[in-house]
Amino acid sequence: MTDDMTMREVKGRSPWVDARRRFVRNKASLGGLVALILIAIIALFGDSIAVWSNEEIDFNVMGQAYELGGPSIENGHYFGTDDLGRDLYSRTLQGTRISLMVGIVGSFIAVVVGTLYGATSGYVGGRTDQAMMRLVDILLSVPFMFVVILLLVMFGRSLVMLFLGIGLISWLNMARIVRGQTLSLKHKEFVEAARATGVAPFTIILRHIVPNLLGIVAVYATLLVPEMILIESFISFLGLGVQEPLTSLGALISEGAKTIYYGTIWQLGFPLLFFVVTLFAFFFVGDGLRDAFDPKDR
Amino acid sequence: MITYILKRLAIAVPTLLLLVIISFLLMHAAPGGPFTQERQLPPAVLANLNAKYGLDEPLWRQLVSYVWGIVAHFDFGPSFIYKDRTVNEIIAQGFPVTLTYGTVSFVVAVVLGVALGVSAAIWHNSWLDYLAVGISIGAQVLPNFVMAPLLLLTFTWWLGWLPGGGWEGGDWRYMVMPVIALSTSFMASIARLTRASMLEVLTSNHIRTARAKGLPESQVILKHALKPALLPVLSYLGPTFVLMITGSVVVDFYFSTGGIGKSFVDSALNRDYAVMLGITILVGALTIFFNLVVDILYAWIDPKIRY
Amino acid sequence: MAMLEITDLAVRFATTDGTVSAVNGVSLTLDKGETLGIVGESGSGKSQLAFAIMGLLAKNGTATGSVRFDGQEILNAPRKTINPIRANKIAMVFQDPMTSLNPYMRVSDQMAEVLTLHKGMSKAEAVAESIRMLDAVKIPDAKGRARLYPHEFSGGMRQRVMIAMSLLCRPELLIADEPTTALDVTVQAQIMNLLAELQHDFGMATILITHDLGVVAGFCKEVLVLYGGTVMEKGPTDPLFATPSHPYTRGLLAAIPRVDQEEEALHSIPGSPPNMTAAPKGCPFAPRCGHAGEDCLDHLHPLSEFAPGRWRACNRSVEDLA
Repeated sequence: MTDDMTMREVKGRSPWVDARRRFVRNKASLGGLVALILIAIIALFGDSIAVWSNEEIDFNVMGQAYELGGPSIENGHYFGTDDLGRDLYSRTLQGTRISLMVGIVGSFIAVVVGTLYGATSGYVGGRTDQAMMRLVDILLSVPFMFVVILLLVMFGRSLVMLFLGIGLISWLNMARIVRGQTLSLKHKEFVEAARATGVAPFTIILRHIVPNLLGIVAVYATLLVPEMILIESFISFLGLGVQEPLTSLGALISEGAKTIYYGTIWQLGFPLLFFVVTLFAFFFVGDGLRDAFDPKDR
Repeated sequence: MITYILKRLAIAVPTLLLLVIISFLLMHAAPGGPFTQERQLPPAVLANLNAKYGLDEPLWRQLVSYVWGIVAHFDFGPSFIYKDRTVNEIIAQGFPVTLTYGTVSFVVAVVLGVALGVSAAIWHNSWLDYLAVGISIGAQVLPNFVMAPLLLLTFTWWLGWLPGGGWEGGDWRYMVMPVIALSTSFMASIARLTRASMLEVLTSNHIRTARAKGLPESQVILKHALKPALLPVLSYLGPTFVLMITGSVVVDFYFSTGGIGKSFVDSALNRDYAVMLGITILVGALTIFFNLVVDILYAWIDPKIRY
Repeated sequence: MAMLEITDLAVRFATTDGTVSAVNGVSLTLDKGETLGIVGESGSGKSQLAFAIMGLLAKNGTATGSVRFDGQEILNAPRKTINPIRANKIAMVFQDPMTSLNPYMRVSDQMAEVLTLHKGMSKAEAVAESIRMLDAVKIPDAKGRARLYPHEFSGGMRQRVMIAMSLLCRPELLIADEPTTALDVTVQAQIMNLLAELQHDFGMATILITHDLGVVAGFCKEVLVLYGGTVMEKGPTDPLFATPSHPYTRGLLAAIPRVDQEEEALHSIPGSPPNMTAAPKGCPFAPRCGHAGEDCLDHLHPLSEFAPGRWRACNRSVEDLA
């Protein structure tokens, strides 16, 4: 084992540069990144070529989606319409925006809460650590999907509630991972040095522990985004997600799935395409990041 | 071993109690009572209803009698919507169905997932490996609520091989599509996890020792690699089982199987808090129980865990 | 015909940073009962040399050349050929006893499976024989301990188990890859004494791979000095240590701290081990060598005998170095 170590180049190289080099070499994850950027551009700027807004109803095709609502360049419904005559192109873009937002906000909550909680628990250690981790274990054994549904039903369906519900559960695994990493960082020399010079514990956590966790946190945050999107789409599938006229990819897919027997296959096809590509892209980027930061795990 | 089990139980019981209390308080923190509807009920009727369900008593007494009902009689109280049915009756109707197709799906997912993951790791970078990775990535982005309509479309509408819905006491033809829809994504995750963990184990030092003994590769894998490779998979099984029960919501919707998922969605849409609470607690209890089983299995397999 | 004949053995690894040459054209022979020490810094390719002999290279590694054992070619041999030899004729003790034993199996089971496999013993016979062997490596209460799992042993005890396991079939050749590196200094001496004793009793040929010259001096009749995967010097232990003929060997010997001499500072060889991704050209030690010239970066004088039994690979003559 020690033999392999020294065969690598001995020249100093920052781990970030190293990681970037490995990431760029990984074709799948680079492809994922490109796909992600493309999706983001389409979602943000695609509206400028839309003929119909996401709320407008095209009364020409209303109720005749199968006969007239197919994808067409002529009438401006690039992706076709739904049964109400609403433009699927605009709705798909708008749904993609919401889904991306849910994913990113959800994983942002996870990063902030999970990192602080995990780092604190790991750094303080002892009984505090045990109690804090026991709480995480308890929360993890709560059937969270049911609780999210419970929340949405009782407090009304709103984006805020959705974020709260998703954020409530998303940080748990992050906290566990961060705690584990903190435990191994805690006894490194630079932390000991900071402690010896009398730096306050919370400052040590913020200035010395957290920056050293960023690599692994970035990896798991990236992998969390698609999970959050999946959870949101499940909730939307139940009809408890975002409310009309707003929509999300999950809501569009469930609508498309329910109407598929009328032959309006584009109603399922286009949202599903965006959904699948987005998720694939995030998974590939996340996997690539993980390999880049942790090359042994292959 | 027995002390270890007792110790785990000692943690599981308060966890369950906490779950009950949190869910109960959450329900009562909701704005408006269970009888808040679009049309306001006359105050006298409302007061009557509240008295009937004990909602006029102080919160802590409601909580105590609720918990006591569960602990002493396994009684989740009456439904708030269906006047003549108790929560127990509603659960008893749907739960066996969900448990049946959930267990079948669970077994299918674990067996196929482990087999696929192990073979992919053994024949690393072969076509089988690529196929396994392809399937597992594909299934990850095709959640059950997408799988279900696609299955219906294929097997019922186009091919006409399978009935489109119903349960019929668990006849296999009614079980095929629910099981596929429910197990595919978990099978994929398990395969991915198994593959990664097997690949890591196969490069570990003790496997090199096993090979240096001159053991045939089949024995190296079966006797030396399988156990450590499956340990991380084991800890994934607890959450998986629960997610399968959750997936019942989708299965019941598409295949009209009439499981607990349907009861939950119905009660959510009707604001039947008592049923929602009952199901949440039941599933939570299952989760805790399953995690307990996994912990005990873990300790039994891994000699390094002291008990 | 020697028992073990290695000719022009090379080991390469395909990595994301390019091809790594771990071993370059090593040749050596070993007869029954002989002891050979392979010495080198970490990264010199000495462990990979051992893995190549046993057919245990990592998947991205390829070996070329020839390894003959009792006249039979075993390098890159199919499993059918090599498996009956592993542990039975050639056994290996690994560097890290903490991870080299299976943590999920009782020690008795791990040991017994070697005997049921190669000697066709019943499980009970195999366990009984394993316990005898644990006794032979001086594990107290061997019978009771055999039922334990590896994590219930201390590091030194685990290495004793490893050694006992490797001796079960009375192999003709034992390869010990840094058997004491992972252990405490006091335990190191015990293990080396044990190995020397067993080597004497069992009479098997032994290749001892180590970076510790002191260990070699006490154990081996012959020494082979490896640097950058290339043999620098090889010969009988005593003259090689008394009058090292290669700048690298001299550097290694000078770097040993000595208690009996007062010195201001510890000696070390300047520079660090070579980057093995570069194509092997010239002498791998040249960048760190005080005697190197332009020619050393271009080519290396092949290994040749300069005194009876003593071989060296260096562009400078022995007299030049004096």
